[in-house]
Amino acid sequence: MRFVAVTSCPTGIAHTYMAAESLEQAATAAGHEITVETQGAAGSQPLSAEDIAAADAVLFAADVDVRDRERFAGKPVVAKGVKAAINDGAGFVAEAVRAAEQGARRPEREQAAEPAPATKVDPTAGAATRVRQWLMTGVSYMIPFVAAGGILIAIAFLLGGAEIATIVDGGEFGGREYEGVSDLSNLLGEAGIAGVLFKIGSTAFEMLVPILSGFIAFGMADRPGIAPGIVGGLLASAIGAGFLGGLVSGLLAGFVVLGLKRLTVPRGVAGVMPVVVIPLVSTVVVGLLMVIVVGEPIAAAQSGMTDWLSGLSGGTAWLLGGLLGLMMAFDMGGPVNKVAYTFGIAALSSGDTVIMAAVMAAGMTPPLGLALATVIRKRLFSPAEQEAGKAGWLLGLSFITEGAIPFAAGDPLRVIPSLMVGSATTGALSVLFGSTSPAPHGGVWVVGLVGQPLLYLLAIAIGTVVTCACVVLAKSVGRQKAADDTTNVSAQAPVTV
Amino acid sequence: MAELITADLVELDLAGTDRDEVTRDLTRRLADAGRVTDTEGFLADLRAREAQMPTGIEGGIGIPHARSAHVTEPTLGFGRSKSGVDFGATDGPAHLIFLIAAPEGGGDAHLTILASLARRLMHQSFRQSLHEAPDADAVVRIVREEVLGQ
Repeated sequence: MRFVAVTSCPTGIAHTYMAAESLEQAATAAGHEITVETQGAAGSQPLSAEDIAAADAVLFAADVDVRDRERFAGKPVVAKGVKAAINDGAGFVAEAVRAAEQGARRPEREQAAEPAPATKVDPTAGAATRVRQWLMTGVSYMIPFVAAGGILIAIAFLLGGAEIATIVDGGEFGGREYEGVSDLSNLLGEAGIAGVLFKIGSTAFEMLVPILSGFIAFGMADRPGIAPGIVGGLLASAIGAGFLGGLVSGLLAGFVVLGLKRLTVPRGVAGVMPVVVIPLVSTVVVGLLMVIVVGEPIAAAQSGMTDWLSGLSGGTAWLLGGLLGLMMAFDMGGPVNKVAYTFGIAALSSGDTVIMAAVMAAGMTPPLGLALATVIRKRLFSPAEQEAGKAGWLLGLSFITEGAIPFAAGDPLRVIPSLMVGSATTGALSVLFGSTSPAPHGGVWVVGLVGQPLLYLLAIAIGTVVTCACVVLAKSVGRQKAADDTTNVSAQAPVTV
Repeated sequence: MAELITADLVELDLAGTDRDEVTRDLTRRLADAGRVTDTEGFLADLRAREAQMPTGIEGGIGIPHARSAHVTEPTLGFGRSKSGVDFGATDGPAHLIFLIAAPEGGGDAHLTILASLARRLMHQSFRQSLHEAPDADAVVRIVREEVLGQ
């Protein structure tokens, strides 16, 4: 039989390796093949996806959490402490054999096993591939937040109507002014269960950029990357830099930590490097860069764009709709998207409901188009992305543009332009069709309030198909060049935001 | 990089009868050799590790170990005890005691050596030859051959 194993202990210098040796000896003696990943202090050589796929069973000899456990989903697992492996490797292996035999008798479980998302980085890969793997690491940790938060927000809109977001966060909706609920203990009473669900969902959404950033840095520099990465991501959110800001802060944090780890320092300082120096210095450096270097230009660019849009208001209406569509899809919740959305809200308060309808429609096509693409060209997407695609339908229909972020963050140069084309199509069509929306959120769930609802849905459907076609095309023809493209992201991204 | 073990880090006839005594004995040797900068601090780190889960394993082996800011070089201290010292293994006291000291901020090269030492510990032949080693120099030679392949 073939096995894979993970060993892990609190200190990571002795038992982890003894357990690995013991399991290797026992398995070999019993005529099996085994590959062991030692999650110890000396860094681990990750199990290959092929080894995991070929394994009949998985052995965990661990006293602390096994990292990236989800790689083994669907496999028969035998989990014990490290000492069980050290003291009785043969018994451990024998149990794994029994587990594998039982697992084999239940083939439907085997089918449920999917290749795990690549959450760790292959150190031998080329530079470009590694950048992509770093980004995908961040994305794979972010996806659960997108799914949970997005679906909760969608449910909140279904239960509480389009005004639920305004009731919770405050603002104006349908000519009524809401104060918002600042004290969470009053939330259930004032906003009902829909309000509570909205709050939970939007809290999960607040974590998107920090988690993306933190785990990009984790993919690059391991555990020390998490602190500067997450803090950088929180700052990226605070300065309104959106997920592109999160990509920048994550990569920055990773590079800073990698650099600090390479420094040769006097022996006295070496002891406090991992505990004090690396977290402190990396967090300060990333934080300063985000606030000072990235933050200021974003604010300036936003006010510039807003003025520019106001100047265009008198021009050709469908062109404005298309332009807003481009902006909505550019960074999905980032600074450019915010300018377009705020422009829609401002138009709404001055009584123009056509602009709002175009903005909302254009914000719906990115997740929808990607969800469609994962269905018709599954092989172009990683398993993690395919999962994200399933949630994309509901998120897109609910005008939760963030549902597209996992795709855009993992492959920005090919995905973002495709999304922009589709959203621009929908934005322009929505204006041409004369659709109107008095609601600033809600997606198809508020279609009852929309003027020209059928044409509105048609505009969204056309944009979805256009998005899907562009993504499939970009991903198919760009295969060879993919590597070069992703490298450029890290170099260019600071300029883009 | 300094040697993993030297003859003055070996005690073939440990006098102590409990965990604290023998780890203190070996730690003092590490401190005298300049491998440990703060004896009490390192002993506290060892006790903290031992409290998480005793480090004794079956076959009469005790492996007190810690990553500690008070350690300068990855180091092995080795002791033999005729009477045996309890390290919490289910099958009785430990006769071979390996004190493993790892620096907190050690690079991968350091930790890789300790990893291969840990792997050798699982080989019966390695344990047997340490049981039979006639003197400290022989212990140093065996470790060097088996762990470093020199």
